[in-house]
Amino acid sequence: MLLIYCPYCEEERSELEFRGAGDAHIARPANIADITDEEFEEYFFLRQNPKGLIFERWRHIHGCGRFFNAARDTVSDRFYTTYKAGEPKPDISAILQSEQDKGAAK
Amino acid sequence: MRKYSVFAVAREALRGHKGWGPHWASPEPRKEYDVIIIGGGGHGLGAAYYLAKEHGITNVAVLEKGWIGGGNTGRNTTIIRSNYLYEESMDIYEHSLKLWENLSQDLNYNVMYSPRGVMMLSHNIHDQQSFKRHINANRLYGIDNEWLTPEQAKAYCPPLDIAKTARYPINGAALQRRGGTARHDAVAWGYARAASDRGVHIIQNCEVTGIRRDETGRVVGVDTNRGHIGAKKVGISAAGHTSVLMQMADVRVPLQSQPLQALVSEPLKPIFPCVVMSNSVHAYISQSDKGEFVIGAGTDQYNSYSQTGGLQIITHTLDAICELFPMFRRVKMMRQWGGIVDVTQDRSPIQGVTPVPGLFLNAGWGTGGFKATPGSANLFAHLIARGEPHRLAAGLTLERFRTGRLIDEAAAAAVAH
Repeated sequence: MLLIYCPYCEEERSELEFRGAGDAHIARPANIADITDEEFEEYFFLRQNPKGLIFERWRHIHGCGRFFNAARDTVSDRFYTTYKAGEPKPDISAILQSEQDKGAAK
Repeated sequence: MRKYSVFAVAREALRGHKGWGPHWASPEPRKEYDVIIIGGGGHGLGAAYYLAKEHGITNVAVLEKGWIGGGNTGRNTTIIRSNYLYEESMDIYEHSLKLWENLSQDLNYNVMYSPRGVMMLSHNIHDQQSFKRHINANRLYGIDNEWLTPEQAKAYCPPLDIAKTARYPINGAALQRRGGTARHDAVAWGYARAASDRGVHIIQNCEVTGIRRDETGRVVGVDTNRGHIGAKKVGISAAGHTSVLMQMADVRVPLQSQPLQALVSEPLKPIFPCVVMSNSVHAYISQSDKGEFVIGAGTDQYNSYSQTGGLQIITHTLDAICELFPMFRRVKMMRQWGGIVDVTQDRSPIQGVTPVPGLFLNAGWGTGGFKATPGSANLFAHLIARGEPHRLAAGLTLERFRTGRLIDEAAAAAVAH
């Protein structure tokens, strides 16, 4: 079971309190009725499904009830970070680098 | 290939079983093949077998990054049934079921297909209406499926608790008598042996790292950890890793990879005569010929390639099993594992051509690929050989996500995904 840090509650809680909500940073086209079938397919169905770094949404449904985003590795299931909805994608290489630096300092 | 028979068993019994030999050859890869199939599971090996057997294409290689049958073919709960709702689904799963019935004879390899019946429990009025709709659709289409009262269900599967006071009371069940189980490893090995005998190269420990195309965009081969291998046609049959492979050809697909878990108990004497599934409480269980209970759990809610899953998922399933079959409460579980299933949004598979000429796709079987193995393999071989889908798989195209002609088994799911 995953342990997930809710950026609103500022607390690490068990996965049981959360509901996965799919890929993050997918903007619904504002002119949804006008777009072509190809554009709709791209928006609605096609996904990167990455092996490695994924940006995804979670909802703290049995907590604060709010949606937030997470960066996670889909091979190790490790969370790099979680961040509030609306914030830009974090720079994962910077996070990894700072962790490495900390490790080296020790 | 030496024919396996009762006489072969008797002969080997007298010789101390020293004469069986390897089931399939392990040749060095050629420079080029007519067809390369990526993925040495049941679907891929079967497709190679049918290419050789039914289409006369024997210059074929199956590339497997690990060992054959080591992915989802070796990680599922071996349930076979064809009681789906929509015609597109019934077509392909019933085609598969018919092939299962004669597969051991066809391959000269005992795949231990056991039509012991698949019983789906109904717990509420919604289940009942949904199952009866399935039953009617199936029967109109010539597929067996019948409604049982709780008492009839109990008679068919005596360990079942049908008490009205049960935690999950049962108001009936749908039974497909021709459904059942088969031995998963034997399916991979049987297809590998039969394909190898017809000249197909089975190349294990060979991971594809790139898909090469010429200037017109047509596939010309694959890069692997054993070097470049040329191919006129490439078929992808790689389950959870389909998205990774398709990205090598710059194609995005409507798939999400998620862990699906299963577990087995300690072996017990034969006590459980059929397969039982329950949608509403999410549990499915059968007893293998070794005596172990084979229990399937649900998918995790997030994308992952980790081949493991959350403990709460299997705990939930075991809770349900213990309530449905109180006599199993003290049975110990021996092993648990996860496989990575590639799930489409409509929970129906994708089999068809891709935007890349010469590249064919067999994917999206999600949580139900094992039962489809022979049928899917047979129709995938047809697709690769002819360049266009077989009539029975015509609806499973990749384009349906653009045209909107979905096959929405997600809403009609026989088991909650």
